[in-house]
Amino acid sequence: MIAELQHVLSTLDLPADWVGLRAVKETASCRNVRDGLPQGNSKQLSYGTMVEVLVNGQIGYGAVNSFQPEHLRLAAKAAYRQALAASQWAIYPMTPVTRPKVVGNYTSPFLKPLEAIAPGEINELLIRLCQTLKVSDKIVQTNASANTQEVESWYISSNGSEVYQKFLLLGTSYGAIAQDGPDVQQRSNNGNGHYYQGGWELFPDAALWDRARQIGEQAVELLTAEECPTATTTLVLAPDQMMLQIHESVGHPLELDRILGDERNYAGGSFVKPSDFGTLAYGSALMNITFNPTVPGEFASYGFDDTGAPATKEYLIKDGVLRRGLGGLESQARTGVAGVSCARASSWNRPPIDRMANLNLEAGSDSVAEIIRDTEHGVYMEANRSWSIDDQRYKFQFGCEYARLIENGQLTKSLRNPNYRGTTPEFWRSLVRIGDDSSWEMYGTPYCGKGEPNQSIRVGHGSPVCAFANMEVFGGGA
Amino acid sequence: MSQTFEILESTFDRLLKNFQSERQPNEHFTLTLTGETSQFVRFNHAKVRQIGSVIDCQAELTLMANQRTASCSFPLCGDWETDWQAAKSVLQELRQDAADLPIDPYSVLPSGTESSREVHIGRLLPPDQVASMVLPEVAGLDFAGIYGGGGLLRAYADSVGQTHWFETESFALDYSIFTADNQAVKGVVAGSQWDKAAYVAKLANSKRQLERLADAPKPIPKGQYRTYLAPQAIAEIIAMFSWGAVGEAAIQQGESAFGMLRRGEKYLSPAFTLNENFSHGLVPRFNDLGEMAPVEMAIIDAGKLVNSLVNSRTAKEYNKVANGANGSESLRSPEVCPGTLATADVLKALDTGLYLSNLHYLNWSDRPIGRITGMTRYACFWVENGEIVAPIENLRFDESLYRCLGDNLLSLTDVQEFIPEVGSYDYRSLGGMWLPGVLVDDFTYTL
Repeated sequence: MIAELQHVLSTLDLPADWVGLRAVKETASCRNVRDGLPQGNSKQLSYGTMVEVLVNGQIGYGAVNSFQPEHLRLAAKAAYRQALAASQWAIYPMTPVTRPKVVGNYTSPFLKPLEAIAPGEINELLIRLCQTLKVSDKIVQTNASANTQEVESWYISSNGSEVYQKFLLLGTSYGAIAQDGPDVQQRSNNGNGHYYQGGWELFPDAALWDRARQIGEQAVELLTAEECPTATTTLVLAPDQMMLQIHESVGHPLELDRILGDERNYAGGSFVKPSDFGTLAYGSALMNITFNPTVPGEFASYGFDDTGAPATKEYLIKDGVLRRGLGGLESQARTGVAGVSCARASSWNRPPIDRMANLNLEAGSDSVAEIIRDTEHGVYMEANRSWSIDDQRYKFQFGCEYARLIENGQLTKSLRNPNYRGTTPEFWRSLVRIGDDSSWEMYGTPYCGKGEPNQSIRVGHGSPVCAFANMEVFGGGA
Repeated sequence: MSQTFEILESTFDRLLKNFQSERQPNEHFTLTLTGETSQFVRFNHAKVRQIGSVIDCQAELTLMANQRTASCSFPLCGDWETDWQAAKSVLQELRQDAADLPIDPYSVLPSGTESSREVHIGRLLPPDQVASMVLPEVAGLDFAGIYGGGGLLRAYADSVGQTHWFETESFALDYSIFTADNQAVKGVVAGSQWDKAAYVAKLANSKRQLERLADAPKPIPKGQYRTYLAPQAIAEIIAMFSWGAVGEAAIQQGESAFGMLRRGEKYLSPAFTLNENFSHGLVPRFNDLGEMAPVEMAIIDAGKLVNSLVNSRTAKEYNKVANGANGSESLRSPEVCPGTLATADVLKALDTGLYLSNLHYLNWSDRPIGRITGMTRYACFWVENGEIVAPIENLRFDESLYRCLGDNLLSLTDVQEFIPEVGSYDYRSLGGMWLPGVLVDDFTYTL
C-alpha cells in the first residue's frame, strides 16, 4: 500500500507546500446475544483515504472511500482548491512543522488472531454467559456481546513520512437487569469498559463464569438494597468508575483544542487557561496523570499519531500540578503550550484533532484494605451508570451501578442508585488516598465523542482505587 | 441528482439484480445504502480552522437463511468491478457465517410491497465559496461552528422486490457567538436552499441576544425555580426519549423510563402530546426492513402513552403490532404539539425564574423513574417580574420528566420551532424536531 500511495503522490501536479496521504482499512465484527438468543451478527468493512494538502498556511482535506489512484488524485485536487479558497481566512499559518517527517510502524500485541474463533463459537460463549447471569426469575434481561476490530493505516507525505500501523481491538461486555415491580436495577461487567488491544487470548478468562454469576446475583441484591444515603462523606471509587472520572474531568478539560476554542460550538471549552500550565494545582499532591500510548494492551496505544508525531509517555499532572496539555503539534504551535502526540482521526474520513489516547492515574502506595480500614464513614462505588458534566468540564454528576457503605473501617451493607456530584478542582484536591499497583486496572471505550464533523474514537484509562474526602453523595428517587 | 449518486444508483441496481440471481431458495436478503458527498468548514474566532470534503458510501447486505441472520457492510466506490468483487466476497462470507450461527427465533424476513423514490435537489454554496460567504458577516465577532453541506443518500432493496431511494441535498450552519467573558448564543441556519438574507437575519437576531449577555453572569443558588425551556432546550429532553424510553423493546426489557407510563402508574401533563410526523418529508419513512412508518402517529396523547415504537422483530417477540419503527426503535421525526402561550408572553408568564435557551450533556440519573440530569448552556437568564435581569452562571439540573412534563408543566408556546439535527457521527444526519417552548414550575437545580 505504501508503494501505491507513493505512486499517487509522485503523480500529483499541485503547487502545494506539503501533501500527506493516510489510507485506512477497518474490518470489524459485532455479535450480540440477549436472553440467550442472538440479536445481531454483523461485520463491517470500511476503507478509504484522506489526502491533506497544505497551501498558503491552510490545510485542506479530501477524503474518499477508495484506494484507487484516480479517486485519490481527485480528492487531492478538492483538498487543494478548498485550502486555497480558505487560506485568506486561516486561523493560524500552518507549516510542515505540524506534519514532521516520520518513518516507523506499530502492531498491537496479540497471541490469538481475531479470526481464530468462529462466529458460532462466539455466539455459544455469549449464550452461556446469558445463562450464567440468569440467577433468578427476577432477572428480566441478560445480555452479552463481543466486538472485534482490525485497523490498518498507511501514512505517507511529501516530506518523506512512511508509517504503517496495525491495531487488533477486542471489546466484550455482559450484564443483567433485575426487576421487582417498579424497582429496576442493572449490573454489568465493570460498566462495560472491557476494551483492549489484543486477540482472543483476552476472552474468556478463567474468572469469567464466577464473575458473570456474581453480576447476576448483585443485580438481584440491589433490588432490596438501601438507597444510597444523602451525605457529605468519604467517597471511595473503584478503577471502573475512576476511568470515567479521569476521562471527563481530566482528559477533556486538558485538550488544547478545547482551550483554544475550537470545540466551543459542540463539545465545549475548558475551565483551564493556557496560563495555568506549569502553575495550577489541579489536584492533591497524590495526583499523577500520564498520557501514555505505550502501555501494551491498553485500548488506545499506538506508535504515532495521525500527523506523524511519535508516541511517548508524558506527565500531564505531576504531584498535583498541571504541566502539559493534551494537544498535538497544531495546537502546540497555536498555544505555545507543551503537548503530546495526540492528534488523531476516528477514521479515513475525518481530520486529526486533539484526543486523549491512554490517560492514566499512576498508582500510589496504599492497599485497598488500608484505604477501607482507615475510613470511618464513607461510600464505596463501582461501575459507571450515568455521566454528565458541563461544557467547561467543571460541574459534574456521576452515577454508579453498585455501592457499599463503609462504617468504622469496614465495608458493610450494599447500596443502590449511588450518585455523587462536585466540581473538578475541588474533587481532585480532595484526593486523600490512592491505591497501589495491586488495585490498578485499565479499561477502555470506543465512544469518546467530539469534533466537528463529529468523531467517536477509542480511549484507554487506568487507575487504582482512590478515596476522596468530603464528597456529596446521594441516591435515586424523584 | 449528483453524478456521484447517479453512478451509485446504477451500482445499487446492478447489485440488486445480481444478488437476486445468486439467491438460493432458502435465502432472503436486504440491501441498504448510506452515503454522502459532504463539505465541512469548521470555524473558530471567525476564521477557518479546518476545511475539507468527504465522499462516502457504505452498502449493507443482510442475509437471512434457515432462521439465521448475518449482515456485513462494505464500501461502494462506484467502480463496478471493485464493488462487485467486494459484494460477491461479502455474500460468500455471510453464507458461511449464517450457517454457523444459532437459530434466531425472532428473525424477521422482508415481506412488504412498498417502494418509494424521493430526490430533493437543493441550492447550496459552492465548496470554495463557503468561507467567503459566511465569514465577512461575522467580522469582529467571536464566531465558532461548522458548515456541513452536500448530498445525502439512503436506499433500500430486498429479495421480495421492495425498493426505496431517498436522496437530498442539504446544509446546516451550526454556530455560536461568544462574549469576552465566554457567554454565548447559539444559532443554526439549515435547509436545502442557501439564502443569504435568511443567514443575515438569523445573525442579526443572534447579535441582539448577545447584547443581553453583556452583563456579568449572576450566580444562582441551587433550588427549585419556575423555568422556561426554549424549543432547543426541549429538543435535548425529547432526544432522551430515544435512549431507553419510547422503544417497545426497552419497555419490555426493563430499560425504559416510560415503564411507569405504560403501567399507568404515572402520566404526563394533559397538555403534552408527542407525535412521530413524517409529513415534513425531511427523513425517509422506510425502515431497515423496507416497511413504511405511518405518516403521522401519536406516541403520547394528552399525557398518556398511546403508542410505543415497535419494529417487526420486537413485534414478533412480544406479540405486538409493528408500526414501522427502525432497528433501534428511536424517534426519527418527532414533534410536540403546541399549546396556547404566545411567544411574546413568555417572559410575562415566567414572571420570576429562569429562561433556558439550551441544555447540555443530558443523562438518565435514575432511568426507571424518568430522572434526568444535565446542564444549562448558552443564553440562559434570570428573569424577575417578566424582565430579563442578567445571564446566569451555568447550573446543573436533576429532574424527573414525570414532574417537569407532568404535574409541573404550566404551558407550551403556541408555535413550534424546527430544531434541525446537525450531528455528523459517521455521516451527516437528516431531519430534526418540531417543538414548542415549555413553561414549568419548580424545576430542580442541584449544583
